[in-house]
Amino acid sequence: MFGRLTWDSFQIHDPFLFAATVGMPLGVIALVAVLAYFKLWGYLWSEWFTTVDHKKIGVMYIILGLIMMVRGVVDAIMMRAQQAVALGEALGYLDANHYAQIFSAHGTIMIIFAAMPIMIGLMNLAVPLQIGARDVAFPALNSISFWLTASASILVMLSLSIGEFSTAGWTGLAPYFEKEFSPGTGVDYWTWALQISGVGTTLTGINFLVTILKMRAPGLTLMKLPLFSWTALTTNVIIILSFPALTVALFLLSLDRYLDMHFFTNDLGGIVMLYANIFWMWGHPEVYIVILPAFGVFSEVVATFSRKYIFGYESLVYATVVIAFLSFTVWLHHFFTMGNDVNVNIAFGIATMLIAIPTGVKLFDWLFTMYRGRIHFSTPMYWTLGFMVLFAIGGMTGVLMAVPPIDYMVHNSVFLVAHFHNVLIPGALFGYFAGLIYWFPKVFGFKIDEKWGKVSFWCWAIGFPLAFFPLYVLGLMGMPRRIEHYTNPEWQPLLIVAGIGTVVITAGIAALLLQGWKTFQDREKNADPTGDPWNGRTLEWSISSPPPVYNFAVIPQVTARDDFWVQKEKGTAYPRPEKYSDIHMPKNVPYGVVIGAASFFLGFGLIWYIWWMAILGALGIVVTMMVQGDNDDTEYVITAEEVKKIEDAHFERLAAAGVLSGKPRNANQESHHE
Amino acid sequence: MVKNTILGYVKIGALAVFMVLMSACQGVALLDPQGPVGIQIRDLLMIAVGLGFLVVIPVIIMTIWFAVRYRESNTKATYKPHWEGSLKIEAFIWLIPIAIIVVLSYLTWVKTTDLDPYKSIPSSEAPLRVQVVSLDWNWLFLYPDYDIASINKLVIPTGTSVTFDLTSATVMTSFFIPDLGSQMYVMAGMVSHLNLLADNTGTFTGRNMGFSGKGYATMNFPTVAVTTEQFKAWTAEAKASPTPLSQDQFNQLNKPQSNYPVTLYSSVEPDLFNSIVAKFMTNRQVEGTKHGESEKTATTVN
Repeated sequence: MFGRLTWDSFQIHDPFLFAATVGMPLGVIALVAVLAYFKLWGYLWSEWFTTVDHKKIGVMYIILGLIMMVRGVVDAIMMRAQQAVALGEALGYLDANHYAQIFSAHGTIMIIFAAMPIMIGLMNLAVPLQIGARDVAFPALNSISFWLTASASILVMLSLSIGEFSTAGWTGLAPYFEKEFSPGTGVDYWTWALQISGVGTTLTGINFLVTILKMRAPGLTLMKLPLFSWTALTTNVIIILSFPALTVALFLLSLDRYLDMHFFTNDLGGIVMLYANIFWMWGHPEVYIVILPAFGVFSEVVATFSRKYIFGYESLVYATVVIAFLSFTVWLHHFFTMGNDVNVNIAFGIATMLIAIPTGVKLFDWLFTMYRGRIHFSTPMYWTLGFMVLFAIGGMTGVLMAVPPIDYMVHNSVFLVAHFHNVLIPGALFGYFAGLIYWFPKVFGFKIDEKWGKVSFWCWAIGFPLAFFPLYVLGLMGMPRRIEHYTNPEWQPLLIVAGIGTVVITAGIAALLLQGWKTFQDREKNADPTGDPWNGRTLEWSISSPPPVYNFAVIPQVTARDDFWVQKEKGTAYPRPEKYSDIHMPKNVPYGVVIGAASFFLGFGLIWYIWWMAILGALGIVVTMMVQGDNDDTEYVITAEEVKKIEDAHFERLAAAGVLSGKPRNANQESHHE
Repeated sequence: MVKNTILGYVKIGALAVFMVLMSACQGVALLDPQGPVGIQIRDLLMIAVGLGFLVVIPVIIMTIWFAVRYRESNTKATYKPHWEGSLKIEAFIWLIPIAIIVVLSYLTWVKTTDLDPYKSIPSSEAPLRVQVVSLDWNWLFLYPDYDIASINKLVIPTGTSVTFDLTSATVMTSFFIPDLGSQMYVMAGMVSHLNLLADNTGTFTGRNMGFSGKGYATMNFPTVAVTTEQFKAWTAEAKASPTPLSQDQFNQLNKPQSNYPVTLYSSVEPDLFNSIVAKFMTNRQVEGTKHGESEKTATTVN
């Protein structure tokens, strides 16, 4: 009846897991009860869970990503605490198996369930608004994408309490993850969580590619597209081209584990090296999937807060596209030490170094945007400056590792760990923070608290080098990654410094939460009636905050790059249309939630060999898709009168704020002092 | 006079910094290598870091400089809100990284060819062959030239090129002696190769760098580099060991266990290494019948 699920599968023996096993359901029950008490379920269902509004889906993605990020940070704290103490006789508080689950979960969660949702959330918030669209191309599909990601996240969290998580790292290790060596449920949790969220991400990729290519406002040619939308466009192309490789790699692994086939086994013709190749054909582009949109955020932020056009727009576009192309040509650098032919290593090494060229160009373009600008130091600008300093170092260590002989020495060491955290934390995460703070007022109508945001920034800016620079040195001392215990006393002082760095970073996260709380408290004081709190440049700032459900009452006619800025300079911003027309908008759909739930049961059934549950889950997905396909009643109409009422109210607020003259509020004259 | 004093201070300061860095390098295996492979890679690393700094340092300086110079409150600074490009600067920011990467690419080409782990290292002594088998979670070393074996301890003579043939009796691992040079993956059903040479005597920690399960963290072994005479003496000591490495004995070793006590073996089951490789290459159901295939394997191994 319940496959291999027994009472023993529930983790109540280890104190940490006991806390999770008992705490999580209690927390969920409490949450359900509180929401029921305040009669919020109906509101949540009709306004959020079934929504097809890209702005709300974006908010849900970001909340999901932040929750999962907190889980990933807890994993990080546990690992740092273990390594700070586990020298020689002292074994620390985690055994090898538990430690391996933690590092596997940390990587999987941070990349797939924290970075990806936040990145996709930002795309949802900003892309349709930047291109002057009323929604994405396939709004119902967008909801399905989100709920697939959410159900995969729940599977990962559930592995804490029921069964175990994979010990084979976030990348999977052939043949270690085969049934012979890893018979438990861990690898299956990992596989199916990645598969389910991977489908969601692929659908997002298709959705946003079509949105950006087909739904741009008239006049918004590709070379006028705001740079965040450009990076979103390239990221979605990478998603569509690379995710099938992941799907195939995991599918072949499942054939091995479920049907006793031999794709990645040691024996009977299995090729362990094949897995590494297929996985990294997705895995390396994936790095650029999470980082390119952050680069887009930096481009928006640096131009807006320098009060200036971005320097080298074309260069930045070409650099983005070149990076996207090269991201597919370097996967082998993840295993230079597999005994490859020398010329193969050379080719992939040089291909890897080439990426440094467009990336370097981007850094210089941002620098020359600041040059002769008038920089306003708001929190997003802090994150951008922190990124430029720290990322330069992380990028350089990446180039070092691109030289095959150097990689022979530091591969699989904590030097590598230091490198990829040094590119992903400043490169992706700092960008996400900048983007969240930058677009927050657009979504909610009030600005975010600056003071705690800056405290958070400084905690990260100091904590990051403390936590990760010692790992560079440790890597040069020959310390491998993924060990829960060591015997070399020379490593301990540096590991303690890294632990202290983690504490400082944790303080940064606490400050971030405080920032959220202060923002909520001061929401009336920080209200922004204009919709343009930063003196912005692109279309999203030309409409109210929060935007009406239809975003643009009249689809704008775009004539220039930074169109809204140009209009403000000309004094033609905020044009008042003579009349409004009816607007057709997509109706809310329950299919996303239903397909998400069905996928959860499909995944859970497959992990635990509860075949009836898996079949029901699969049927649920197919039937829901058929029902949805048969549904023609997908739109509703917002009448011209209603639109006029909403827009008139906004124009009143604009008039009250005194911005209707259309001029930018800051002095914008060129000056030539030196 | 003053200039000379300052120069003197600078010299003393530089010397002090150098001394501190050198002493800091003492515990840093990769910066204080004990063999030619490690030394060449360290030098390569230094050159690459130098090239990287050519971009990194200007970027960091410009970030701070521009942020301070063009801050909002500094109304004296030039402000050009409409300036969005300059062909000269653009050419410069494309060409500088390209030039650096061209130099580094050339270096990579030459050095990767030189430092091919499969290439034996020129040395006056005849090269020594060591066959390495990674187990869960121990390292077995066979010395085919001497018909002896050792578990969890590697002894090599200095000044002699050592050719490692690597295979795994279990999952994929990675064989690495940080003080000497490159690491190499160790995989079942195939043989990978690695060449290293120790210039100096000493004991260096070798270890597995590829996560392989429960006993991974303790999968270390001392690498003892000794003089040629001492090595001869050690092989004689092994020959005098009461334990031969029979197939049965190997089967005992090839079970999940950690920290197996260091043991020397006086002889090795004939063809043991090849049979470990071949085990994964033959079809399980017809094992023993397909003799031709295992022979083919043996030839590729040698």
